[in-house]
Amino acid sequence: MTLGLINANPVVQAKKERLVRTQEDQYRDDGVDPLDIYEYVRDIRDPEHPYTLEQLSVLSEESVTVDDKLDRILIKFTPTVQHCSMATIIGLCLRAKLNERLPLHYKVDILVSPGSHADEDSVNKQLNDKERVAAAMENPNLRQLVDECIFSDEI
Amino acid sequence: MVETNQLTQYLGTFVDITRSPTEQDDSLKAIASSLDNDSLSINQLIREMEMYLTTTDNVVRARGILLLAEVLDSLKAKPLANAIVHTLVGFFTEKLADWRALRGALVGCLALMKRKDVAGVVTDIDAQAMAKSMVQNVQLQALAPLDRKLGFELLECLLQQYSEAMSTMGNLLVYAICEAIDGEKDPQCLIVAFHLIELLAQLFPSPSGPLASDASDLFEVFGCYFPLHFTHTKDDEANIRREDLARGLSLAISSTPLFEPYAIPLLLEKLSSTLPIAKVDSLKCLKDCAMKYGVDRMKKHYGGLWSALKDTFYSSTGTHLSFSLESITSPGFEMNEIHNEAVSLLQRLVKQDISFLGFVVEDIRINTVFDTISRYSQFRGMPDTSKLEVLVISQILSVSAKASVQSCNIIFQTCFFRLMNTLGIVEKTSNGDVVQNGNSTVSTRLYHGGLHLCIELLAASKDLTLGFEECSPTPECVQESWCSMVKRFSVPLIQVFASAVYSSSDDSVADVYLGVKGLLTMGMFCGGSSPVSRSEFEKILVTLTSIITSKSGKTMMWELALKALVCIGSFIDRYHETDKAMSYMSIVVDNLVSLACPGHCGLPYPMMLEATSEVCSTGPKYVEKLVLGLEEAFCSSLSDFYVNGNFKSINNCSHLLGCLTNKLLPRVGEIDGLEKLLVHFAISMWNQIESCGVFSCDFNGGEFVEAAITTMGQIVGIALVDSQNSIIQKAYRVVLPSTLAAMKSIPLTFVALEDLQRDLSTRDELILSLFASVIIAASPAASIPDAKSLIHLFLVSLHKGYIPAAQALGSMVNKLGRGTGGAYITSGCSMEEACDIIFQADFASEEKISSNGSGKFICGSETTLSKICLGFCGSLEHQTHAITGLAWIGKGLLMRGDERVNEIALLLVECLKSTNCSGHALHPSAMKHAADAFSILMSDSEVCLNRKFHAVIRPLYKQRFFSKIVPILESLIMNFQTPLSRKMLHVALAHVISNVPVTVILDNTKKLQPMILEGLSVLSIDSVEKETLFSLLLVLSGTLTDSKGQQSAEDNAHIIIECLVKLTSYPNLMVVRETAIQCLVALLELPHRRIYPFRIQVLQAIAKSLDDPKRRVRGEAIKCRQAWASITSTNIPF
Repeated sequence: MTLGLINANPVVQAKKERLVRTQEDQYRDDGVDPLDIYEYVRDIRDPEHPYTLEQLSVLSEESVTVDDKLDRILIKFTPTVQHCSMATIIGLCLRAKLNERLPLHYKVDILVSPGSHADEDSVNKQLNDKERVAAAMENPNLRQLVDECIFSDEI
Repeated sequence: MVETNQLTQYLGTFVDITRSPTEQDDSLKAIASSLDNDSLSINQLIREMEMYLTTTDNVVRARGILLLAEVLDSLKAKPLANAIVHTLVGFFTEKLADWRALRGALVGCLALMKRKDVAGVVTDIDAQAMAKSMVQNVQLQALAPLDRKLGFELLECLLQQYSEAMSTMGNLLVYAICEAIDGEKDPQCLIVAFHLIELLAQLFPSPSGPLASDASDLFEVFGCYFPLHFTHTKDDEANIRREDLARGLSLAISSTPLFEPYAIPLLLEKLSSTLPIAKVDSLKCLKDCAMKYGVDRMKKHYGGLWSALKDTFYSSTGTHLSFSLESITSPGFEMNEIHNEAVSLLQRLVKQDISFLGFVVEDIRINTVFDTISRYSQFRGMPDTSKLEVLVISQILSVSAKASVQSCNIIFQTCFFRLMNTLGIVEKTSNGDVVQNGNSTVSTRLYHGGLHLCIELLAASKDLTLGFEECSPTPECVQESWCSMVKRFSVPLIQVFASAVYSSSDDSVADVYLGVKGLLTMGMFCGGSSPVSRSEFEKILVTLTSIITSKSGKTMMWELALKALVCIGSFIDRYHETDKAMSYMSIVVDNLVSLACPGHCGLPYPMMLEATSEVCSTGPKYVEKLVLGLEEAFCSSLSDFYVNGNFKSINNCSHLLGCLTNKLLPRVGEIDGLEKLLVHFAISMWNQIESCGVFSCDFNGGEFVEAAITTMGQIVGIALVDSQNSIIQKAYRVVLPSTLAAMKSIPLTFVALEDLQRDLSTRDELILSLFASVIIAASPAASIPDAKSLIHLFLVSLHKGYIPAAQALGSMVNKLGRGTGGAYITSGCSMEEACDIIFQADFASEEKISSNGSGKFICGSETTLSKICLGFCGSLEHQTHAITGLAWIGKGLLMRGDERVNEIALLLVECLKSTNCSGHALHPSAMKHAADAFSILMSDSEVCLNRKFHAVIRPLYKQRFFSKIVPILESLIMNFQTPLSRKMLHVALAHVISNVPVTVILDNTKKLQPMILEGLSVLSIDSVEKETLFSLLLVLSGTLTDSKGQQSAEDNAHIIIECLVKLTSYPNLMVVRETAIQCLVALLELPHRRIYPFRIQVLQAIAKSLDDPKRRVRGEAIKCRQAWASITSTNIPF
């Protein structure tokens, strides 16, 4: 186990402007769209650095896809380095934050984008196994880390 | 005389450092006041204090001296004998050497220095002694900040008030001040220190004086503060800001030319730094220095200055040139602070010394610029470096040209000719002659860069003449060479700009923009000395006007041209250019106004109106013209409509009226005489309507009627009483011969009213509505002819369902009898009579008898109106009309505070009951109208009975009505009622509650909250009352956010939460759900023990809201969920 940071010197992008939805149709329902989901998760803080996932280009608008008919949401994120052991933590954060903000009927799939991680399959498996996620969230240390990342923008 | 032992006591208290500061303060005040009212003399005090002042105990002596100093400080205005002052000065001066008691000595010296003239002041000799002692004995930098500040202030006082005495001290003083300031870091001290340097510079201005020899040392001491680095955001006590310090430093640096050899290199060096604040400070300071140091001293730095300035220009200018509508009156690119300062420094330098311009003109690469200009015709096509080059150089040239007439001449001589050549206006022929191209052969070589440069130069020279205009009344710039140059080229220049406007292709607005901007600049040379002759000016106007009137639609070009015309118009108005005003009037205004007559041009009518009204609003005279033009256009359109049945004209009419209402009416206050014109317009509206006997086809111009009513009402609203009277008279004469007059004689009986099924003709309807709007807007002082029969007329129309008639009636009962004379003199109708007519319906019996011959059946003693309302007779439609009409009448009475409104309110309540006096419930629709009548009664109306329309408004009328009606409604709701009538009562209550000021609700929350909650649950059953529901919910949320409301919310928490939870899923209105969720968040303010039990319930409800179809609700739900989940230590329990 190496001490210190896994990616000591990440590339930081500028924060983008918040999306302003100007014309809202009074009479039509606005369904959940990828931008909504992106708004929820863009401000999650990186577990290592005081930057958001958006600033580190872990997430972008394109990383979220929503299938409204089947109530399925797919998020593909890109860890900053291939061997990033924080990938699972980031995935956990995404899942925890969306759990809190989405109604129960959505199924959320979280994947690392293909080719962006050395151990892609096992990370994906770990992130989408609900038993393992539940177990991880019961670990008080992990839970605290996840909570810090999720709520960093709101406190 | 103060008792001696008491004085001793006071002295003891102050000197004893174990006592509390307040006690010490009190004793100090007591001593000072007894000195002030002469019950104690200063000699006595000092005799009494002797021990304290001379003791060897350092602490006691320090306190004693401080006491004496503080006492003197509070006696600045009290006259003291010169001998005493002298002695005291001697004492304190001596004590400056006693470092243990220094604070007291400093305070004492300062107090004596600041004495008022009349009360005995320190002499020059004493001051000198004090300064010497200060210089010899006090090491300022070794002291605490507060003492340092006192020391600096003392030096400041000495320099300010005893400059002569100080000047004899020479080098000693300069040296001491150097030493005192060296290393100072406290901002409060620094402010004083900077001022000290300024004073010192004033004291020793001579180049061979003491300051001259020490200037380099002194500058070293304070020059190191530049640029000022100051990070305190708010200094609590002194509140010193960075700007103050920077300003002080800048004044110190520029205080004497002796600093020049040290200051300018330093400033130039800092200017080249990358720190923006350093750049701004250096530029500001350089400007100050340039002013103070004088041309001779600055001259040797010109080279360095110019290159630094140039770099600043290049680094602070962007490459973006805006071609948008807004930038036509501005430079067109962003200016930051650095840029602004650089501009003003350059201008100052050029203004001060024309030789600086030599550097500028020599250095800038004019040749390369002209190359660039002629290489790229499109600004877009230039590479960024060239763009920057063009922008910066045109900026530098225009700024220098703006500085003075001389510089303007030089700049024009240097490059104007070249520029004209590039633009193809002059050409060199083989024999070297310069030939000005004739009118026919302007080559269309349009170079954006060149046009931009040209416009900048012209604008600079224009600003120059305007600057003169402000200071001297008769500028004579005709002889100046720049002026003659512009004059020579003005004709082809205008042609070039015009051709730029017309040559534009669709994809680029740049051509049009530059063309219009050029024309605008050429059109704004002012005065008789203008290089642009009148005929050329007129040509500009013709060009711009023709763009407006051509059938091009609403393009960028059209908007730019309009804006340019408006600019020129307001320029003429501002500088009172009479000649130009005449041209403007005849070319632009007349032309456009004549086009306001529809059918004269191909442009869409609303656009035409927009252009005309914008242009005409630049000057009062034009407005007059506009109103007259509109009047004519209105008359012709309307007659076109009723003679030829042209529907387009009636549309035009409504556009025209809309323009009048929106553009002109708000400006009545600004323009003299507009009111008269508008009144005239209103009267000719009436004339026109009078003359159109019958409309030739079916009238379906609802829009027109609407516009006419609004315009008429507003005109009457702003008119003076006399004018109102004349409009009313005119209107009355129109109404009189119409069929409406016949309605006046219809008796107010069931039978007669039942017969009124036949609708009015469209013309009568129009006349009725217009007349009603006149009455609505009339002030109480206006006289209404034949009021009784008018009331009757309105009453009959009310029964036929004409809402304006009801509003007019409400307005009449509101204003009757409140005129200036106390009553309507000419109307012959008092308030009592009017009410009798309305309520008792024994309307003018003599008239009825005379017309019918015999008295008809009148419904008993009960009023006709109430019987109809309660449904004793008449159709349902009739009933609802009567109820709504009654509400408007009630509103009029309510606002003036008349008691009769109570009867009306009771009648309306009666309509809502499930078993009323007639023994049966009303039809649901009638009940609904009765409930909504409360909204009419309580809410503020836009169309009538408001301040604009001179309503009589009694203070707190809403509150009074609220306190009367709420208990009645409440008790009815408590009693058993059918569900329908219960709901309607709740609707009525909701209307009352939501229209009363929030403070009233807050005073009664305890009582009201349960009612509000019940109302919310009753109203949320269906979607009909969603708006009412929302306004009621807003009231609830208002009570929840206030501390008073929260107390009662604590008691009702369970009902409130239950109700809000239900509303979070209210399907009919998104804002209701949103507000309900926000209210739930607000409830978290309640005590923890009270809300904790509801946690699960709320979280479950909110979980559903997370799936809301509306995004905003989802957002609120997320916030609410987090807030509620966080009231426990654990996380969300799902």
